[in-house]
Amino acid sequence: MTADPRAADRRAVVPLDPAIAPPGSQGFRDAGGIPADKWHADQHGETLVPTHCCFCGVQCGMYLRVDRHGKVFGVEPRNHDINRMRLCPKGIHAYQQVNHPDRLTAPLMRRSRDEELREVSWDEALDFTVSEIRRIQRDHGRDAFGVLGGASLFSEKTYLVGKFARVALKTRHVDYNGRLCMVSAAGANKLAFNIDRAGNPFSDILLTDCLLLAGANVGECFPVLTQYVWGARDRGATLIVVDPRETAVARTADIHVALKSGTDSAFFNAVLNVVIEEGLTDEAYLAAHATGWEEVKATVAQYPPSRAAAICGIPAEQVVQVARAFARAPKAMAFHARGIEHHTQGVENCLSVINLCAATGHIGKPGAGYGTLTGQGNGQGGREHGQKADLLPGGRSILNEEHRRQICEIWGIEESELPTAGTSMMEMVWQMQRKEIRGLIGICNNPFVSLPNYAVVKEGYDTTEFHAQFDFFLSETAANAHVVFPVTVWAEDEGVMANAEARVVKHNKAQEPPLGVRTDTWVMCELARRLGAGDKFAFDRTRDVFDELRRASAGTIIDYSGITYERLEETGGISWPCPSTDHPGTPRLFEDGTTYHADGKIHLQVVEWHPPADPYDDDHPMTLTTGRTVAHFLSGNQTRRLGGLVEQTPRPWAEVHPSHGFRNGEPVRVVTRRGSEVFPALVTEAIRPDTVFIPYHWPVPTAANALTIDALDPRSKIPEYKVCACRIEHAGTVDEVPAPPVASGHVAYPETQVSRTDPLPPTAPQGRGTSERG
Amino acid sequence: MMGRTIFIDPGRCIGCQACVSACRECDSHRGKSMIHLDYTDEGVSVASLPTVCMHCEDPVAPCAEVCPADAILVTADGVVQEADATRCIGCANCVNACPFGVPKIDLQAKLQLKCNLCYDRTAYGLAPMCATVCPTGALFYGTVEELQAERPGVQVADTFVFGESEVRTGVAMVVPAERVQWPVPGGLPVVEINGKDVRR
Ligand code: SF4
Ligand code: SF4
Repeated sequence: MTADPRAADRRAVVPLDPAIAPPGSQGFRDAGGIPADKWHADQHGETLVPTHCCFCGVQCGMYLRVDRHGKVFGVEPRNHDINRMRLCPKGIHAYQQVNHPDRLTAPLMRRSRDEELREVSWDEALDFTVSEIRRIQRDHGRDAFGVLGGASLFSEKTYLVGKFARVALKTRHVDYNGRLCMVSAAGANKLAFNIDRAGNPFSDILLTDCLLLAGANVGECFPVLTQYVWGARDRGATLIVVDPRETAVARTADIHVALKSGTDSAFFNAVLNVVIEEGLTDEAYLAAHATGWEEVKATVAQYPPSRAAAICGIPAEQVVQVARAFARAPKAMAFHARGIEHHTQGVENCLSVINLCAATGHIGKPGAGYGTLTGQGNGQGGREHGQKADLLPGGRSILNEEHRRQICEIWGIEESELPTAGTSMMEMVWQMQRKEIRGLIGICNNPFVSLPNYAVVKEGYDTTEFHAQFDFFLSETAANAHVVFPVTVWAEDEGVMANAEARVVKHNKAQEPPLGVRTDTWVMCELARRLGAGDKFAFDRTRDVFDELRRASAGTIIDYSGITYERLEETGGISWPCPSTDHPGTPRLFEDGTTYHADGKIHLQVVEWHPPADPYDDDHPMTLTTGRTVAHFLSGNQTRRLGGLVEQTPRPWAEVHPSHGFRNGEPVRVVTRRGSEVFPALVTEAIRPDTVFIPYHWPVPTAANALTIDALDPRSKIPEYKVCACRIEHAGTVDEVPAPPVASGHVAYPETQVSRTDPLPPTAPQGRGTSERG
Repeated sequence: MMGRTIFIDPGRCIGCQACVSACRECDSHRGKSMIHLDYTDEGVSVASLPTVCMHCEDPVAPCAEVCPADAILVTADGVVQEADATRCIGCANCVNACPFGVPKIDLQAKLQLKCNLCYDRTAYGLAPMCATVCPTGALFYGTVEELQAERPGVQVADTFVFGESEVRTGVAMVVPAERVQWPVPGGLPVVEINGKDVRR
């Protein structure tokens, strides 16, 4: 046992082998534990508020530094056992949002889009919103008004979004931006295991003998996870990376499979084919714990390595190497992310990985299992409690009689009043184009940058008669709205998020919101009150919402009833299901071999590869793929304003292979069937010659999503961001990127201004080599 | 070599620049980063390499040796401090003397700035900001024994050659175990001078 009592507590929650701590984690003192008279910061009367990063699904622990006037002014690393002091640049800069000069501090309003947005009182903004909701619903029916939520919100708020839509607006149209994130993995996990979450905690990576990362750019999207990846490598684990680009992690992998975007399931079927051919399956495990194996076996027989090599554009030997490395390892794990999920066969891609894990018996053991890496901080929790079009709290189905009855009882409404399932985020935009949805409330999302096929999105929103948006910065989407409600940033309220391990963590309030700013909870409850549903929304604080959420999830698979704010503070996080207050939570699933299906088995699913939605032809012979950079988050509404991050990556670029003859920094026109845009070239051998990559964090005229296709996976309804047909051409000039103004004062570093006027792409600063300096 | 120091492991670096961001947050020079990243294999791979002050031991801190104003002090535990603002005259001799390209001059303030191993933190038992946050452990702070306990078989070097000169440093570099080179060639190869390829 260790001498640190907190370490002992933590192990009660996550079974981490004390002999295997992540590299560099030992021997440092937690800044929070520095005696008050020793640490310089305390001498200035500052306090450290323990909380978590607001950005990605790792949910790193951090302290916010609060000065003696109660203002957040800095960050200090925190020895939370998710991240052990580590932070990525986004986490380090996150605090700069809190008192950023661009914060909205009064409601904005206009009666028509011909007018400018002007500051109004809260009463005026709320009254106008309520009268528009009433007018649209009276004239066109309840379902003519929709709500789009966000997975950056605390779980309490996402619960409230679902309840607000169904109880206060009584509309079936509610969905959220997690629809653009990991719903493919969610769909696959539900089909195979009937539980929608990763199977293992991050700490299991340290125990594995073979780590497979499929379409997961860990270095840029989940940087803090690399400590686990390198920890596994230090202990001799084989690292396999499947990615069309040579990412920072792929660079050091034992096997890097640089396949063509959109061919993942063909590859994984072929890997399974070799596993079977070489007799490396775990037949005993399959016989005892899986259904559908014979059908899967018959299908993958059609995928010999030679076929995968032809489809995926890789050497056939790589299929064999991966099959042997993964199947022969005593313990192997597979993690995937948007790279295989953002496809019209996103669900099938994830299922093909699950088939591989199950066939080799790598499930439900320390160091063996599967997981998906969530992009948004609450990508996991954001869909658990009823923000998704077809789900009620606790992951209940809105189409299931029994589930509907249970929730109506908790909400105190008649079952006949509860709407049925709605449509997905992209489909709602199509409905807006067709005037089926005429009014919309958006809560902390930015579809103008984050949805594919910008022209369609713009037309949908422009057609909408009334649009209100909650946000703390004026995003591109908020700038289109009739009403903008200024709401709190994460550090101004408390609440929980569930990270990519399904570990629920508690965020704490570090400062009071600026004058004029209200919490999302308050705004939703006040709108509900003015709509006549006040008795169902009598929540004073986010904390009260959590209590109702716990009750509403009791008895379901996504059971939060045993999780309390106090327990979260004591333990540093609890993984659901957690059915009682003395239950330790469930960091690892299926340890006893049973899944959450009624028969307790893994339901293996047959997967057939099919080509992406946008066909290649002579005019569009190449693949456009999109993704992130480490300095920016999602639509960039938050990170494009923070000086250090803007300096690191000021603008997007088009990454192309040297074989196309571009010089670094030269303008490249990228043309798809949706349009064309010009970017500076970043020339590197680290990308396939038939592929172009553009990071998507910027608005038009340099928005990757003006070019991507709005084709959806038929089951998860996730858009196919990761592949569309394109061509590249030499262009005259690079269009200027309209970055939002960098705030004055403490967030703007002098270097930032220099890099913002530099016409070259951010080559070195964002960590990707170029063939020559321009 | 010092007891606790920074170890740089380029094999782990993902080029995320968390170190650069964190360095800006350090209270001793808030808003300015004293660390920089090099890209050693541009156009071919994404390899990157962070450079902090190497806290040279032998010869003792070339930057300090050449300072005409005696502004750069070396502490008993081997930390080469940034220039004392009351002495520094901003002449940039240190910039020219440093074989690793570390010190910078704030032209407006006419003052030198460089990494001082987060003396405000290390003096109290904390790691420097860069090594604390580095998500990958490419920057590690501790003793060589602590490093080797966590990364079995790891090899480090603390001596670098620049032409005919050798410099032994307080900060060490992880080198490939199967190809231990002693000492390590310092600096990047010269490829171009005034636009001319001088590789032959
Ligand atoms: S963005 Fe993710 S990896 Fe970076 S500090 Fe925040 S939680 Fe950690
Ligand atoms: S923080 Fe670490 S991994 Fe990131 S660039 Fe710096 S040294 Fe490399």
